[in-house]
Amino acid sequence: MLNYITSYLSSNTTPGQAGNVFWATVYILVVFGGISVAVMAMNWLERKALAHFQIRLGPMRVGPHGLLQPIADAIKLMTKEDIIPAEADKFVFWIAPLIILCASFAVYIVVPFGPTHAITDLNIGILFMLGVSSLSVLGVVMAGWASNSHYPLIGALRSSAQMVSYEVAMGMAVVSAVLMTSLHGLGPYGVGVGTSGTGTLSMIGIVQAQQEQHVWFLFKFFPLGFIAFGIFAIAMVAETNRAPFDLPEAESELTAGFHTEYSGLRWSLFMLGEYAAMIAVSSIAVTLWLGGWYRPFPNTLTGDTWDLVFSLFPALTFLTLAAIAFVGVRRMPKHPYFRVQTIGLAGFGAVLGLIGLILFAPPVRDRIQDIFWFVAKVAGFMYLYIWYRATFPRYRFDQLMKVGWKVLLPIGIGVLILTAILGVVL
Amino acid sequence: MQPVATTFFFYFLSGLTLLSGVFVIIRKNPVHSALALIFGLLAQAGLYLMLYAPFVAGVQIILYAGGIMVLFLFVIMLVNIERSQREEQFNKQWVVGLLAAVALGALFVVVYVKGKALFPYRIAQPIESSNTQQIGVMLYGQYMFAFEIASLLLLVAIIGAVVMAKKRI
Repeated sequence: MLNYITSYLSSNTTPGQAGNVFWATVYILVVFGGISVAVMAMNWLERKALAHFQIRLGPMRVGPHGLLQPIADAIKLMTKEDIIPAEADKFVFWIAPLIILCASFAVYIVVPFGPTHAITDLNIGILFMLGVSSLSVLGVVMAGWASNSHYPLIGALRSSAQMVSYEVAMGMAVVSAVLMTSLHGLGPYGVGVGTSGTGTLSMIGIVQAQQEQHVWFLFKFFPLGFIAFGIFAIAMVAETNRAPFDLPEAESELTAGFHTEYSGLRWSLFMLGEYAAMIAVSSIAVTLWLGGWYRPFPNTLTGDTWDLVFSLFPALTFLTLAAIAFVGVRRMPKHPYFRVQTIGLAGFGAVLGLIGLILFAPPVRDRIQDIFWFVAKVAGFMYLYIWYRATFPRYRFDQLMKVGWKVLLPIGIGVLILTAILGVVL
Repeated sequence: MQPVATTFFFYFLSGLTLLSGVFVIIRKNPVHSALALIFGLLAQAGLYLMLYAPFVAGVQIILYAGGIMVLFLFVIMLVNIERSQREEQFNKQWVVGLLAAVALGALFVVVYVKGKALFPYRIAQPIESSNTQQIGVMLYGQYMFAFEIASLLLLVAIIGAVVMAKKRI
């Protein structure tokens, strides 16, 4: 038994490929816990960032600078009364949030945090991710129908029509990127004979293809890779029903769309599924176009010194966050009522600083690199989501469908054809 | 790598498929039937995975469970089912139905018993890491003609749907 557990540690594949059930379970639990913490952090960040965009402060009371607000929200939602509308179909009402939750979380099986830091590496990685995330459409439709009320039904039908339409545009953009994995040559325009050029759908394979071709697919065949990335970036915002494509859950139009009749813990499951889906599609974008877990410039800035410089980034990030926390401590009002908050914020800053110092140690530094760069890129996308919500006005539903079918899809097909032509010619 | 707990997964997935099939026909509420069908299709995708066909499993999830079943649910929800649910279910031909089902079952049993030599003892285990690549090579090489004909069929269906659904200009 102990041999079973320790035999994996000396291999360099993912637990799924090594067939090690114990470590696969450990990885699954770690990823699940990580995503749940990330969702809570995202909840806090969204409220604070939206507030700062609107020149106000956001939650400040619950913890220091509102840091405990997500926990307070979770407790509130858990203790709310669970209302099921009359004449609602109880079984379907119960299972709809579960389907969205399971579909949003099941995609994390193939998300690559590093060359071997994934739960498994399926041969059909990207196909699996797109397929399982399309199962959340079913949950949305069932949630709207089971509520037995017309606002949720209209919201659910609009939302599912929107999700299905933008899945097509997403698919076209993804196919362009997968096509680029089968190319030879180095650099943005593929000159020279650099790589073996077998295309692959596996997530780890796609990132490694970018490394072998010495270029992020964002810059490959510029501007084709960039346009494909743009199509995916727009379609992924529409896929997760986020602003500016959030008419189905717009409060002024449809009360709250398909999750109107859900209260308390069930509603929080919807929010959990939505944020998890956001992080999942952002990981697809990072893997396909932004080079996955590789640090910036792995081929032009090579050598030990550059490796050392870039390996200090995780620790420096945490130390910067700790410094910001201590600046916040300095600026706290000196009133005795604020003593607990000041101590709390100082403690939080101390924890961040401690993590930063731990990340300076060489053994930790080498192992945390891949995960740090991947998470940093995904975090950039999360901030973009919040920025879009703060700045863009909402699309009307017919404008939304027009953009999905008449603008994004033709551009996607055009990019695919041009990529194929350039891939054959160059 | 060796597959894990094959027996358990096979019985679980096939049991789930059978149960879902039974629920599709039993439930009066068509949304429940569609939901049961979705579970059956997902269990089917698991069975494809056990047969070392990950690409088919992925495509099953995307197209069948994630596309066609969404279409089913749209139609079920947009059509008023209430009235038909309250009507009395009639099954006055249950004797003939039972006889036909028993005959089909007997046929399956006879085929299995008599034709044991036809079923392979061990399933083929193609390499999982190149499954999609091999399908792509075969589809675009050897079976290109069939592929194009199937695409043409789909194009005809799409054009037909657009023609039937559009408004008069």
